[in-house]
Amino acid sequence: MSQMVEAGVAPAVVTSEREGLLKWVASVDHKEIGILYLISAMAFFLIGGVEALVIRTQLLAPGLHIVSPETFDQMFTIHGTTMIFLFVMPMLTGFSTYIVPLMIGARDVAFPRLNAMSFWIQLFGGIILYFSFLAGGAASAGWFAYTPLSEKAYSSLPGVDFWIVGIACIGIGTLAGAINLAVTILCLRVEGLTIRRLPLFVWMTLVNSFLMIFALPLINAALAMLLIDRFFNAHVFDPANGGSALLWQHYFWSFGHPEVYIMILPAFGIISEVIPVFSRKPIYGYEFVAASSVAIAFLSFTVWAHHMFAVGMSHVANLAFGVASMTIAVPTGIKIFNWTATMYGGRIRFTTAMMFAVSFLFTFTIGGLSGISFAIFPLDWQLTDTYYLVAHFHYVLVGGSVFGIFAGFYYWFPKFSGRLLSERLGKWQFWLTFIGFNLTFFVQHILGLAGMPRRVFTYPDLPGWQVMNVISSIGAFMLGFAVVLFVWMIFDALSKGEIAGDNPWEAWTLEWATTSPPPPENFDRVPPVHGRRPLWDLAHPDRADELVAGA
Amino acid sequence: MDQFPVFAPISPYTHALSALLIAVFLVLLAILLLETSLLVYMIIRYRDRPGAPEARQIFGWNTLEVIWTLIPIGILTVFAFFMISVDREADPLVPPGRKPDLEVIGHQWWWEINYVASGVVAANEVHIPIGKPILIDLRSADVIHDFWAPQLGREIDAVPGHPNTLWIEAEKPGTYMGECAEFCGVEHAWMRFRVVAQDQVAFDAWQRAQLATPPSPSAPDAIAGAKLFTDKTCINCHAIAGTVGNQTVGPDLTHIASRAMLAGEAARNTPDELFRWLKQPDVIKPQSHMPDFKLTDDEAHELVAYLEGLK
Repeated sequence: MSQMVEAGVAPAVVTSEREGLLKWVASVDHKEIGILYLISAMAFFLIGGVEALVIRTQLLAPGLHIVSPETFDQMFTIHGTTMIFLFVMPMLTGFSTYIVPLMIGARDVAFPRLNAMSFWIQLFGGIILYFSFLAGGAASAGWFAYTPLSEKAYSSLPGVDFWIVGIACIGIGTLAGAINLAVTILCLRVEGLTIRRLPLFVWMTLVNSFLMIFALPLINAALAMLLIDRFFNAHVFDPANGGSALLWQHYFWSFGHPEVYIMILPAFGIISEVIPVFSRKPIYGYEFVAASSVAIAFLSFTVWAHHMFAVGMSHVANLAFGVASMTIAVPTGIKIFNWTATMYGGRIRFTTAMMFAVSFLFTFTIGGLSGISFAIFPLDWQLTDTYYLVAHFHYVLVGGSVFGIFAGFYYWFPKFSGRLLSERLGKWQFWLTFIGFNLTFFVQHILGLAGMPRRVFTYPDLPGWQVMNVISSIGAFMLGFAVVLFVWMIFDALSKGEIAGDNPWEAWTLEWATTSPPPPENFDRVPPVHGRRPLWDLAHPDRADELVAGA
Repeated sequence: MDQFPVFAPISPYTHALSALLIAVFLVLLAILLLETSLLVYMIIRYRDRPGAPEARQIFGWNTLEVIWTLIPIGILTVFAFFMISVDREADPLVPPGRKPDLEVIGHQWWWEINYVASGVVAANEVHIPIGKPILIDLRSADVIHDFWAPQLGREIDAVPGHPNTLWIEAEKPGTYMGECAEFCGVEHAWMRFRVVAQDQVAFDAWQRAQLATPPSPSAPDAIAGAKLFTDKTCINCHAIAGTVGNQTVGPDLTHIASRAMLAGEAARNTPDELFRWLKQPDVIKPQSHMPDFKLTDDEAHELVAYLEGLK
């Protein structure tokens, strides 16, 4: 743990002589691979968004036949799979891959070639998943592919097979990437950067890497079993022949719940960087924000069966998983309160990054609170598998992860590109996203309470159902427009954006102590690290953090 | 409130669920309001203004951390207490030896309902007497489904190879919404059902009528329809008492004319809609297991005449 390597001792940087496309394909530089993650994730975000709009269009009125039920089922299956495995996870990994080595004053990650493999095998997995549309139809059994619906008897087309192999590839790439980042953080920190001084984004990436290392093998093992079932009739999950339908759910959610935190912890990290910088204050309760993440990581492995309260488990099992699930609210609440307290007494600069971070505190809180209503398992029996659930997890994953991703993009884009995203258009993009998001998903809480089940391609004409669906669809199109605007803003900024300089936000962590974008070797010289905010200490030698905080 | 079935409980099992749901929502709403007011305060009070002094560098205060750890633990402990008591009310233990009243079997994409004591077989329309706890033995014939009549009882999955039990009850006569809540394949949307709660007299009358073998058709078109029912291989999937059809692949049609809806509520049970359902099942319920037999208009009319006579 305490082994520290100076920047000069880290693996030599391989600078590529190649040009053009080949330069990117052959790159082993963490910054270029980070950018590749971001580009690929953004592309899949657009595709997954189109799928969402197909869903919202089909639901505009009861009894519509714009797409067939089969296509509709493919859309929500691939939408979920894409947004989770090909957008949120790789996007956050992209941020970590680019930023973490810079934040810890390293030249690159510990295993640069493994880093390249991690990215390319994940992209390969994504291509396999999408190839299924050309190879007889994509999977349509839902993103958690419950058995026996996903077995050959009920999903005879090859879609589920492509889905299995695609996700297995993504799982392998993600696992390798997690090992790489964990080793990087543990072994390549610059002198003086102890674990207790790590920026919180690095802390979250470290905790997240361990979550991935323990969670992804579970899904890959289960996928292998399902594949064997489908090709060799092993009947592991086939109750008609002595298997167990529920076993799949246990395997899947023992991965799937940690996965929820895999998608949110790095966003927590982004928020923990953005809020202090734009409040012009250090993070409130650093130790508590860091330690609560460790608590969340441990607890996340003890709550998986709260996805299964309706399958008919024993009262004791329901109770145990209900209590464990409620417990997670405590460390999560600690984080929300600390972020809010960080703003107290600050001089808050409302950049677009900060606006996304503050709205995260609002929308993620809604998602977290509605999560408590599922942990109370008798209430789960009146809410699960309705649109209330759809609203809940979108508040966590869009209002949480995606808002965090946007905050991170606005915050670090100058470092990636040397140019600033337009703050003027950024405000538009923020409000479109914020209003579009809440229009789309808030009303779905009410729709769920009215009894509309999720994953239905159409619905009966019950009072109020259509109005609520139309509101939701209008919001979805606003959200879609906001994303298109964002992509346009990126291209616009790359060619004509304002030059950022090394440290446009007057931030305090090491990635801002080098040029934007950084040179291949990252740093000429890493500033001395005596505390959590090396650039603050550099600017205020008379009031350095260590003298104040003793960290 | 009837628009929100979870807030319109009509059974001893759902009263407690509904009350707890409202109480928890109020507490959660209060927490959300607290956090939102804090945020709004911070946004207005601490917005950067020109000439404002540098922010004081505050690193935290452990007492506050302890406070905002303990208060949520306190709230959750109260929730946990109510969770346990409501669990008992919403899902009471089944007394040993208590036989189920109904055996409900989920099929892709309809519900088979067997009355254990009387032997009545119904589909997609559950008739129950009011004021009596009804114990359901829930099974699945294929994939996982979920039986949910939100005003009458909890949601619970029908899992193949894993029978579940469920209590429902209706305190007042009425027709209550029900649906499959677990995604079960292409026609999951049209796996809806209804629960018709009647007083004991009406229920007994319904049950007697369901047990009776329907009279043989007498009108010429209905007689032709009855012959078509056999000739067009309807009997390979559907049962009608008094005929050779006894399969349970599709719903039992012995008293189809007594039901309000068709095809998992994808269509109303009127002669017109039954005609369309027979002629173009792929329009009413695409990709369901009901085949398109390419019936002529005459054939479809004859079948309608026969089936609508099966009261």
